[in-house]
Amino acid sequence: MANPATLASTFAAKQPVHDRLDDGPHGPRPKRSFSRANIFLYGTLALVSIYYLLPLYVMLVTSVKGMPEIRMGNVFAPPMEVTFEPWVKAWAEACTGVNCDGLSRGFWNSVRILIPSVLLSITIALISGYALSKWKFKGSETFFTILIIGAFIPYQVMLYPIVIMLRDTGGFLTDIWQATCGVFTSAEGSCRGRIQLFGSLSGLVIVHSIFGMPILVLLFRNYFASIPDELFKAARVDGAGFWGILFRIMLPMSMPILVVAMILQVTGIWNDFLFGVVYTRAEQYPMTVQLNNIVNSVQGVKEYNVNMAATLLTGLVPLTIYFFSGKLFVRGIAAGAVKG
Amino acid sequence: MKLTTQLLAATAIIGAAGTAQAVEMEVMHWWTSGGEAAAVGKFAEALNERTEHTWIDGAIAGGGDTARPVMVSRIIGGDPPAAFQFNHGRQAEELIEAGLMLDLTDVAEAEGWKDIVNPSSLLDACTYEGRIYCAPVNIHSWQWMWLSNDAYEQAGVEVPTNWSEFMETAPALREAGIVPLAMGGQSWQQSGAFGVMAIALAGEEAWLAVNRDKDADVVMGPEYTRVFEAFGAARELAEGLDVQDWNQATNAVIEDTAGAQIMGDWAQGEFAVAGEVAGEDYSCLAGLGETGVLSTGGDAFYFPVTGDPEVEAAQKELAALLLSPEVQVAFNSAKGSLPIRGDVDLTSVNECTEVGLQLLADGKTLPDGNMLLSPDTTTQTNDLMTEFWNTPSMTPAEVQERYAEIIRNAD
Amino acid sequence: MAVAEEAGHARRSSPRADRKPFRLFHNLMPKIALIPMIATALVVFLGGTLWTVVYSFTSSGLLPRRNWVGLDQYERLWSSAKWIVSIQNLALYGIFSLVFTLVIGFTLAALLDRKIRFEDTFRTIFLYPFALSFIVTGLVWQWILNPDFGVQGVVRSMGWESFTFNPLNDPDIVMFGLLIAGLWQGTGLIMCIMLAGLRGIDEDIWKASRVDGIPTWKTYVRIIIPMMRPVFVTAVVLIASGIIKLYDLVVAQTSGGPGISSEVPAKYVMQTMFGGQNLGQGFAASTMMLLSVVIILVPWAYLEFGRRKRG
Repeated sequence: MANPATLASTFAAKQPVHDRLDDGPHGPRPKRSFSRANIFLYGTLALVSIYYLLPLYVMLVTSVKGMPEIRMGNVFAPPMEVTFEPWVKAWAEACTGVNCDGLSRGFWNSVRILIPSVLLSITIALISGYALSKWKFKGSETFFTILIIGAFIPYQVMLYPIVIMLRDTGGFLTDIWQATCGVFTSAEGSCRGRIQLFGSLSGLVIVHSIFGMPILVLLFRNYFASIPDELFKAARVDGAGFWGILFRIMLPMSMPILVVAMILQVTGIWNDFLFGVVYTRAEQYPMTVQLNNIVNSVQGVKEYNVNMAATLLTGLVPLTIYFFSGKLFVRGIAAGAVKG
Repeated sequence: MKLTTQLLAATAIIGAAGTAQAVEMEVMHWWTSGGEAAAVGKFAEALNERTEHTWIDGAIAGGGDTARPVMVSRIIGGDPPAAFQFNHGRQAEELIEAGLMLDLTDVAEAEGWKDIVNPSSLLDACTYEGRIYCAPVNIHSWQWMWLSNDAYEQAGVEVPTNWSEFMETAPALREAGIVPLAMGGQSWQQSGAFGVMAIALAGEEAWLAVNRDKDADVVMGPEYTRVFEAFGAARELAEGLDVQDWNQATNAVIEDTAGAQIMGDWAQGEFAVAGEVAGEDYSCLAGLGETGVLSTGGDAFYFPVTGDPEVEAAQKELAALLLSPEVQVAFNSAKGSLPIRGDVDLTSVNECTEVGLQLLADGKTLPDGNMLLSPDTTTQTNDLMTEFWNTPSMTPAEVQERYAEIIRNAD
Repeated sequence: MAVAEEAGHARRSSPRADRKPFRLFHNLMPKIALIPMIATALVVFLGGTLWTVVYSFTSSGLLPRRNWVGLDQYERLWSSAKWIVSIQNLALYGIFSLVFTLVIGFTLAALLDRKIRFEDTFRTIFLYPFALSFIVTGLVWQWILNPDFGVQGVVRSMGWESFTFNPLNDPDIVMFGLLIAGLWQGTGLIMCIMLAGLRGIDEDIWKASRVDGIPTWKTYVRIIIPMMRPVFVTAVVLIASGIIKLYDLVVAQTSGGPGISSEVPAKYVMQTMFGGQNLGQGFAASTMMLLSVVIILVPWAYLEFGRRKRG
């Protein structure tokens, strides 16, 4: 059995796949650093950056102002007196109902939701996308089309059907467990436990995986579709199976798309409010529930500075992930991938 | 009780854990801002200290629209919270009909709610087919107009004491560069102001005929024509101030860039935070100074059926506790709302709250629109009023016609 | 040759493979691997959709209940001024959002792909809005676009008194006020996807085009963009699904105002379902939304996949 990796590089010589292994950008390199084209390029980027940065500036400035200063108007004015009180308050003191410990309360809950949800949803989508692009069978495209239509359903419409599905699946699994568990154990009482999906962390992880699936599967399917079939065929001849090809050929080439998938999922799941609050219980609420409670109070005084600080704090986790994954984005493919 | 104990003994899981009757009660509500949170804290404190049960807080901000689907999901999913907040009135009707809510009639009778709850319409809103299903906890009223004394001083006119005076002084404010009426951009604010004007200008009777009896002919009658004309005039008075949130509009009154705002009693909190004093910096008019009546909306707690007698006992205990005098005083002082029982005293109240309490004591109250109209009708009304408010080409006669249509189809 | 043929059999069910018995068990592993996805598609999305359609013929209020009312909900839906405005708004927003997101996303990606300095910095700047919650970004844009203390106020205070820029309070252009914020939030992600696609383009293609003397822009239009077709498909589906589901931004920035001039269908659905406690009406509205998606999507899917099979 030949090593698929060596095969890959053999093919790379014939087929233009080595670009995937290449480091960094491929566009034509501008000739001189102060050419007119270059000034135009950086000028455009800088100008566009202003549009993207303006709201961040407003948020940062507002978050270090006191409320009296905010009431005075002009959102662009730099703060006359810098205070970090709003940040402290957002993180540790703001009251969200009875609990006055700010965002810090839900932080670890969010992490506990984020990690399994991201891993599970990306794993399922990666495998599905791979199977759909390289192992098509009759009907597979139909299922895929249905799945894509699912991407267009507003989440809120599916709220109650999902509640009912989770409740019934939980009940069904409980029945099976209670009927079969005597086979595994004879200890009294150990078969009485219930399997609960609704109102539990595992239920929430499943829901996140379900709703992330349409876009992620599409993402992976279309990415794998662009990987030359010759690589795949050669590995097949070599006797590599479904999983062998996935792990030894496809996966090492998927770094850029994995990063995109991760950006999508980390952001989506970290910022999710609706599912977190509907499918779990009060003691498992993610941080966004606290964010919503701080920011979204209908009655009572709105503390805009604390709102801004809370939003920026909540955004820090996805931002950190963007920052580090950005590096992978550029160089990841070169990191020893197909070299064998 | 005996059966429960036996069941408990048999279940290894719960067995030895603490006192048998202690229940962890997850309570869901949408009170999250400073004052609200402090107020709900009083409930939690009372439950934790006076009973052996524990309050698990499930706060979800954003009002009923955000919190309601969460609560309903939990109930459908078979994992209901021990108690949850709802605007009482017709919103919970279906849950009661479906047999999902706990019947509190025995608690109400034991505690004598019939005699202590004032106005009695609050308890009526909790009653369905003669049984009581919710515990009202506070009174909020929409019927207020807040005026900036300084703004009127700048314009060189007296602070109005009723709607006609307000209309007369408006041009003077305009001349001084002050927007006479502050109004936020959200539909509920415009629709709410319309409701206030309807009670104030058309009178109690006509208002009840429309909202309670769903009489569309009254909508087309002379009393309501006056309301729609006034509403049209108000639309012009509000031009020149572009804000979204209600408290941004209140802020315009505080900053004296606007003359007045029609908004519920919760607006007083904003004045207080800004350090303004009732009577000195701002004035208030109940019922626009025309009809001194308060609509008494508010919040109530509902208790889902759990099928667990332990939890049920705890739920009833909590219901009784919420209405007890000390808890009522502590809660409403913190929240800035009025207590639902006439036999308790709030410690320090300002001029405006005093007026409100007096109206309550005199029985000059009306039920809140929410108690009479289904949420579906309310949503349609909101949409219509905000459409009118923002479409200068739409005439009062037109909106009157369409409002009559909504009332005619109301359930 | 034989190699390619055999692999071809493995991948597609060729006529010869069709005749084999137990076709279901042929290449079983991919089928097993697809079980979660198939279950999701059938049970959750198809099942949930059917559930929604069924209950759109009822008068369900707060709870889903089977009180059949025929087409009543649909009649009311189509006689509602708000629904009609919502659809028009979505069409307007959708077209502009789709075009601008694709153009801006691709252009930014192409600019970043030109071996520039500070690529990391620029990429992070364009992407960061994606990480922030809608509730507050809506508020911030509301402030920036506020006529008194936002952009208009600043420009006026600099001496240009007649300057007018007040999209959020002008019913005619309020959708563009939303578009400004929507593009700000969403273009970064599309740029990333485009960039991932561009990184997959072979360096040799650039070399070849340079040797042939083809101008850069022509290389992009004629060669690069056609090669990135799957990437564009992904991007379009991503953008389009976001447009259909447009809700949070509207709530945060304009709450549908002024009046009902920035209402969108998803908001109509949410508001009737949970605000008005009229589930039936919300389900009817979402059924109409789904129907229009199906009408657009299914023929496209047929063309897309049909073409692949023939090719």
